[in-house]
Amino acid sequence: MSESIVRALKCRECGQEYAIEPTHVCEFCFGPLEVVYDYDKLQGKFTRELIESRPQTMWRYKELLPIDGEPTVGVQNGFTPLVRAKNLEKVLGVKELYIKNDSVCYPTLSFKDRVVSVALSKAVEFGFKTVACASTGNLAGSVAANAAAAGLESYVFIPHDLEQGKVLGAGIFGTKIIGIKGKYDDVNRLCSEVAGKYGWAFVNVNVRPFYAEGSKSLGYEMMEQLGWRAPKHVVVPMASGSLCTKVDKSIKEFIKLGLIEDNGTAVYGAQATGCSPISKSVKDGTDLIHPVHADTIAKSLAIGNPADGYYANRVIKESGGWAEDVSDQEVVDAMKLLAETEGIFAETAGGVTLGCAMKMIESGRLPRDESIVLCITGNGLKTQEAIIDAIAKPRIIDANLKEFDALAEADGVATTDK
Amino acid sequence: MSVNVRIPTPLRKLTGGADEVVVEAVTVNEMIDNLEAAHPGLKARLCDDAGEIRRFVNVYLNDEDVRFLNGRSTVLKDGDEVSIVPAIAGGC
Repeated sequence: MSESIVRALKCRECGQEYAIEPTHVCEFCFGPLEVVYDYDKLQGKFTRELIESRPQTMWRYKELLPIDGEPTVGVQNGFTPLVRAKNLEKVLGVKELYIKNDSVCYPTLSFKDRVVSVALSKAVEFGFKTVACASTGNLAGSVAANAAAAGLESYVFIPHDLEQGKVLGAGIFGTKIIGIKGKYDDVNRLCSEVAGKYGWAFVNVNVRPFYAEGSKSLGYEMMEQLGWRAPKHVVVPMASGSLCTKVDKSIKEFIKLGLIEDNGTAVYGAQATGCSPISKSVKDGTDLIHPVHADTIAKSLAIGNPADGYYANRVIKESGGWAEDVSDQEVVDAMKLLAETEGIFAETAGGVTLGCAMKMIESGRLPRDESIVLCITGNGLKTQEAIIDAIAKPRIIDANLKEFDALAEADGVATTDK
Repeated sequence: MSVNVRIPTPLRKLTGGADEVVVEAVTVNEMIDNLEAAHPGLKARLCDDAGEIRRFVNVYLNDEDVRFLNGRSTVLKDGDEVSIVPAIAGGC
């Protein structure tokens, strides 16, 4: 592999640069640190042919992910399907619609496997033996699984009232799982204090600058799978707002490296109305994010104080996108629609993304005749509580053909009997 | 009023390594001023030029974000626990 092009960590607020180490806030202004690169070193070397020659994992873009050498954790992760959503196109009355389907991301069925493989590979480089996270569920499962496979100890901190699927989906991996009496924002606050005290790699605290970069791989794949082009519009669910900014960064990097043409891609953010500080700021035309007390079934997006909200707001405005929010009922309806039209069972956040896209198509914010990608980031099997009452129950009969015949007749189903 | 203030890792260089300091203050505003008096340089980290608490700084009074209370005017009482926490991310 060619020499790493990672240059430094840089404060997004004041521009102060720092060496590559496990740290995440600027000592001068508390601004978040971001990995910056010397893209010039890749000019002419990082080509479509090189990328296509590599295995179908997120690591085929490893030059643009902030690790030294080869990944050590999550080597198989990423490269999820991009699905052309023909049935949904008809229902929504749009011409070209795709689903980037991270509900089947390896190994824990959410896009968090991308960020975690970068964070843990980096943690191993730094020499950490224990990894940890504050999580709304998906991250906990991903940290636990990837840590188990890498032989690392893990602690995961979650709100105490998470969906069972997410609690089980972390606990099975033998992680030390801590439920905090409070909302995600309380978990987050505690973790930032724990991270200062224990010598662990907290994936979304002290190794967050590296962790967050993993999200870019979703964007890279989307562009390669579209035939080396960016969509005109991409809709992203927002909790902290990080994914929104990283999808935008991935597109800008591919343009800079000459891998795609600039398609003027607009980025759109989706939130649940019960926790919509970022979409509210976009709609209100301000860049001030007012924290809220989150209350929504879309628990993976329930971050009332979004750390990247300001930057997500800026990306949305500068790219010409928009933001929207939907009620819990609209989330459930959209989850069902996606499942019934495309055979994709997304978690509640996926219902938020599709629900907001539908609203923006109706309002004209999303044009009907241009390419749109919806980012689906997690799997519905983990959030069953949200829809359990909205789904038809099985009709119970005896193992008796006559009983089934009666049922089929009621359904109006014809038999092949002459 | 005497309150305990928990200092996050990035600011401990300014507090001689202390992770908790005790200050006398009646409001959050006064607490920040008195922190500055005891540990010069702290205020500039916490507040912007206009004196507002920076976008990426969260101040919690007994586990509640002061943005949900009265912001910098929030009144403190004896024995209150204040945490200064940099904003961090999770979720999408």
